Amino acid sequence: MKLTGVVSVSAALALGASACGKSSDSGSGSGGVTIAFVGAQTGDNAQLGINISNGAKLAIDQYNATNPKTKVTLKLYDTKGDPAVAPGQAQKAIQDKVNAIIGPPFSGESKAVDGNFEEAQIPNISPSATAAALGKNGWKYWHRVISNDDVQGAVDGDVLTKTLAAKNVFVVDDNQEYSVGLADTVFNAVKTAGATVARDKIDPKATDYSSTVNKVKSSGATALFYGGYYAEGGKFLKQLRDSGYKGQFLSDDGALDAGLIKAAGANQANGALLSCACQSINPTASNPAVKKFIDDYKAKFGQDQGTYSAEGFDVANIYLNAVKAGKTTPQEINDYLKTVNYQGVSKPIQFQANGEISAKQIFLFEVKGGQLNFLGDATKVNPTKS
Amino acid sequence: MLHDFTSTFWANTVDGLTVGAIYALVALGYTMVYGVLRLINFAHSEIFMIGTFGSLTVIQVFGLHGPYGGFALFGALLLCLVAAMVAAGGSAVVLEFVAYRPLRKKGSSRLAALISAIGASLFLQELFATLVIPNTFGNGRGRDYIGVTRLMNKDTWFHFGSADVRNDKVLIFVAAVVMMIALDRFVNGTKLGRGIRATAQDPETAVLLGVNINQVVVVTFLVGGIMAGAAGFFWVLFYEVTKFNIGFILGIKAFTAAVLGGIGNLRGALVGGFVLGLLENYGGAIFGSEWKDVIAFTMLVVILMFRPTGILGESLQQARA
Repeated sequence: MKLTGVVSVSAALALGASACGKSSDSGSGSGGVTIAFVGAQTGDNAQLGINISNGAKLAIDQYNATNPKTKVTLKLYDTKGDPAVAPGQAQKAIQDKVNAIIGPPFSGESKAVDGNFEEAQIPNISPSATAAALGKNGWKYWHRVISNDDVQGAVDGDVLTKTLAAKNVFVVDDNQEYSVGLADTVFNAVKTAGATVARDKIDPKATDYSSTVNKVKSSGATALFYGGYYAEGGKFLKQLRDSGYKGQFLSDDGALDAGLIKAAGANQANGALLSCACQSINPTASNPAVKKFIDDYKAKFGQDQGTYSAEGFDVANIYLNAVKAGKTTPQEINDYLKTVNYQGVSKPIQFQANGEISAKQIFLFEVKGGQLNFLGDATKVNPTKS
Repeated sequence: MLHDFTSTFWANTVDGLTVGAIYALVALGYTMVYGVLRLINFAHSEIFMIGTFGSLTVIQVFGLHGPYGGFALFGALLLCLVAAMVAAGGSAVVLEFVAYRPLRKKGSSRLAALISAIGASLFLQELFATLVIPNTFGNGRGRDYIGVTRLMNKDTWFHFGSADVRNDKVLIFVAAVVMMIALDRFVNGTKLGRGIRATAQDPETAVLLGVNINQVVVVTFLVGGIMAGAAGFFWVLFYEVTKFNIGFILGIKAFTAAVLGGIGNLRGALVGGFVLGLLENYGGAIFGSEWKDVIAFTMLVVILMFRPTGILGESLQQARA
């Protein structure tokens, strides 16, 4: 009963809206629920955004194929991953009166728009924005399904100083919101561990990183941490290796994409380590739900799922579960999120009161032979011994 | 800070000269067009971009996948270089016919030509991002970086202080300097070159003395485009990456180099390119690489305060020595 009531109310609202001459293509006009994906579809680091929206699309199409009472539509708002573009797209989503939001994937754009979603009281879950500061705003509608950079940075510091046993570390970032926060955390963790550590930044818009490369080489560091995304990270790694630098290269989830290997070259990328609060989806997984997700994704998009595809799929499914439970208004969905205890294909998902996920694991990947290989829990595996 | 500077001094010198050589080649186009037409050709950065795609076309059409050695390497490099020069030189001439000549014929103001230049720049960028790249190079994604196959092995020849002197860096530096000497000989030693200098000095008198201005302008654009094309090839060889707006930042840098050396002055472009390349890298070493551009442009302002016409002074006809 309650459900039909809600549907008719929202239908009436939508009717009213279209009577005022507003666009009626927002999905809620047909009495359904609209979920927005706010994030990059184009731009230098768009692949991460596309992975997520594809994961979400898969979940929603599967749901709609079951002919449910309440249809769900996914609407894409392309931010290009750019904090300057994101606010306009977020405003559009708010005006379209979407019921829930997936994204934004990156920390910089999240910082730029999450406050607007809070004001508009629309629940939003980022599958991948990891900047620690995002969780400290007291937001009630914001969530993420990935542990933050305080966790990742501390683990990365341990990997550098303990697992790789580096006494001299160099930390580089690309001067963006997410990268600086993470690199700062790693820098401090390495310093606290007693190793020598130096720091430099690259300009993400530039192509020539020679002054940074030269500094790294002359520092004598045996390991390097790069905070940033794959497009620039790959170019930097190429120039670093071409200069003859032989130290270990460790980077983060923003660089965890085949694009890194493409930009750096397979030889130059070989041996690079990448950390992520996301788990690899093992193609030979025994879990039938995971296996089904991998096969369905490949069948639908003609390519393997990538970094954060599973997170996108899980977030969409959490919203879909809310809809199935009859929660369709933004407020109801947000209340529902507090109670979520969901076994996703990426990880078990439960939110803390501040919107952070409860689970706190970081995983390690290694580039080998032009492929990204999953190594395992970053606190346990040792790439130098495998 | 200072320790970083001293410990990386030679490495930064080598890299600064390499990137400076590319700046200088692009700067030549700005400086020549300015000398002859008093026009800042903002679309020149896109001519450079087209040059990079000229090389890429050859690599794709012939299915080149290096690294090569010996004669094959020489052939591949030459082919890519020529393709880049043809693509860039050709489009520079087309640009002159489409974007500037009609305006000049109507006797419009220089400001109109400047706006036309900015328009042409944006037009070419978007043309490549939305049409050319998705259909030919970037498997549908026009705004991403496009990686370029490695053509030559990057071997270190010898060490010099903190610097590894690598073969591709030497090649770019030497080739750029040779090309600039050739251009200098052309402008100072041939009849056409004399026409260019005469037009730069005083266009009206040049016409009275029988110089064909339109021919001079076309040659100027062509030569500037060829130099930018060469720069595009060296860029592809060195960084192995390009994209639709790859010329934007580089164009600003090259224009700065032209002003730094003295706009309108060929040898000034050379000096300006090298000085800018070196300043950037030294500045990055001392203050951190994120300050690179700040240092470089602060130095530009300081130099222009003491030498308002740039290091070697203005105009194509003076500073001959």
